[in-house]
Amino acid sequence: MADYELILFKNMAKTGYDGSLKAYQQEGGYAALKRVLSDFSPADVIDEVKKSGLRGRGGAGFPAGLKWSFIPKDYKGPRYLCCNADESEPGTYKDRQLMERDPHQMLEGMAICCYAIGAQKAYIYIRGEFDLGAEILNDAIDEACTAKVLGKDIFGSGFNLEIVVHRGAGAYICGEETALLESIEGKRGKPRIKPPFPAIHGLYQEPTVINNVETLANIPHIINKGASWFAGIGTEKSTGTKIYSVSGHVKRPGNFEAPMGVTLREIIYDFAGGIKGDKQLKAVIPGGASAPFMTPEQIDTPMDFDSIKAIGSMLGSAAITVMDETTCIVWAAMNLMEFFHHESCGQCTPCREGSAWILQILRRIENGLGEETDLALLEELCGRIGGNTVCAFGDAEIGPILSTIKHFRAEYENHIREKCCPLRPKARLAMAH
Amino acid sequence: MKLKTLSEKTVKRIEAEYTKYPDKRSVTLPALRIVQEDNAHISESAMADIATLLGLTPIQVYEVATFYSQYNLKPVGKYFIQVCKTLACSLVGAGSIVDYLQEKLGIAVGETTQDGLFTLKLVECLAACGGAPMMQINDRYYEGLNPERVDRILSDLKKYGTSDLATGPFMLPVMQG
Repeated sequence: MADYELILFKNMAKTGYDGSLKAYQQEGGYAALKRVLSDFSPADVIDEVKKSGLRGRGGAGFPAGLKWSFIPKDYKGPRYLCCNADESEPGTYKDRQLMERDPHQMLEGMAICCYAIGAQKAYIYIRGEFDLGAEILNDAIDEACTAKVLGKDIFGSGFNLEIVVHRGAGAYICGEETALLESIEGKRGKPRIKPPFPAIHGLYQEPTVINNVETLANIPHIINKGASWFAGIGTEKSTGTKIYSVSGHVKRPGNFEAPMGVTLREIIYDFAGGIKGDKQLKAVIPGGASAPFMTPEQIDTPMDFDSIKAIGSMLGSAAITVMDETTCIVWAAMNLMEFFHHESCGQCTPCREGSAWILQILRRIENGLGEETDLALLEELCGRIGGNTVCAFGDAEIGPILSTIKHFRAEYENHIREKCCPLRPKARLAMAH
Repeated sequence: MKLKTLSEKTVKRIEAEYTKYPDKRSVTLPALRIVQEDNAHISESAMADIATLLGLTPIQVYEVATFYSQYNLKPVGKYFIQVCKTLACSLVGAGSIVDYLQEKLGIAVGETTQDGLFTLKLVECLAACGGAPMMQINDRYYEGLNPERVDRILSDLKKYGTSDLATGPFMLPVMQG
């Protein structure tokens, strides 16, 4: 693997680093927060983050500093920061590593953000299944409050910050920022109609910033080393490093930190060691289940927000799932549709009903019962879902379907013509339920 | 305030959550989790008690309890096995792990063993895709599964109640020397 500078994984890559407050401070931890509280105005912090070019790591890639600047400056009531640690996009498992191995990095980033937006309370929305992560974060917060680097009168500055870990309970949709707010408010995770945006009416209707774990973990480094240093890493419009979570048919799955803009080829064949059993690559998802499939011909595309978008997919969470030549594409699309159908919150009819219809059609094609008209029907259904729902879930769920029909149409047609799945033994169909 | 089901201890744990939020309704999710931890599952009368505590209508609690997949509205075994079936896990053998578990435990997906020890369920992505195939048992993850590891994990749980094959603070690939 090429020798790229580690930022977010730098501490945890060191032998014996245990993620404790002491270990973090030995590596210079909380120096950025201390400096911000004594030398920076909130506007200075926002300006620095804006200049760094940091874009949100949760999937949408919205400029972080710009998002912070939307919080009304003269607002008298409370403001909130919510750290999105729901990590539920299939293929993604990077935030888990950031939280469990170096929790203070993210907490320091949260504290700096809260100072910048004038929040005295922050919630970490962590997915319910991350028991270990929640334990580690709660311990880290206690440790930091005892040492007075978080909590009341931080570093004697008069700035107070309370951070609360709020645990989800199993719902993909709560990674959507307004569903996340609903969930903290004790409700079902149903996305809200935007506008109003959370910066104006967010948690408890107060101005709120929602940022991903990885986004916030970058903040202390931007303060320490400066916006221009950060902007010099990666590409012009996608700055900094990215953690690429690689899964599927590779020799060495894992989280790899490298600059934005490295190619998928380098990630798959160098970082992850290539395809297991040296088989041929058939398809790859570059940014979690919501990102349209890519073909082997496209893997020289740089992994940055704009380049991946330009070829019709999306960088998303940069969770890369690799499929080799033995993979049935119809089965893979069906598997993802089972996920989306299960996770649709049910609020919008096109998404709720459409996901069920698409899944039913995919199941019959995969089981050898497809009809000639099914592909046109799938495309029509997708067309009726996209753009017709409250949140981006509707657009996400049609991505895998439309892209697989586009790139692997012959394979769908084979299933329908031959009346069976040419690639998958019957026994494996049990997983359809 | 008259409660039907919840113990004093459970109520105290729920009340300890109040200070974390400006609005009591926010305690709905933590309260459901606490009730499940204390009682293994969440009954409708427990939901009504939560509603009474938080000043909500029973339906406001019920609709939350039925929305999120982690709440068990029916009893489950002492060890609740949840195997991930989403793409990354299914690509590398989740199906054969499920087959193996069904055969070994003598139950189908969705069932509980007669001794009440194990319940088997399939779930969607648990964010452990690099360690696929994987499963969650109670509050811990078990990754890189194969039949031998499954054997060890189940026998450890029976004997000791825990297994050192559970994943600790996560890192993949392991970078430390």
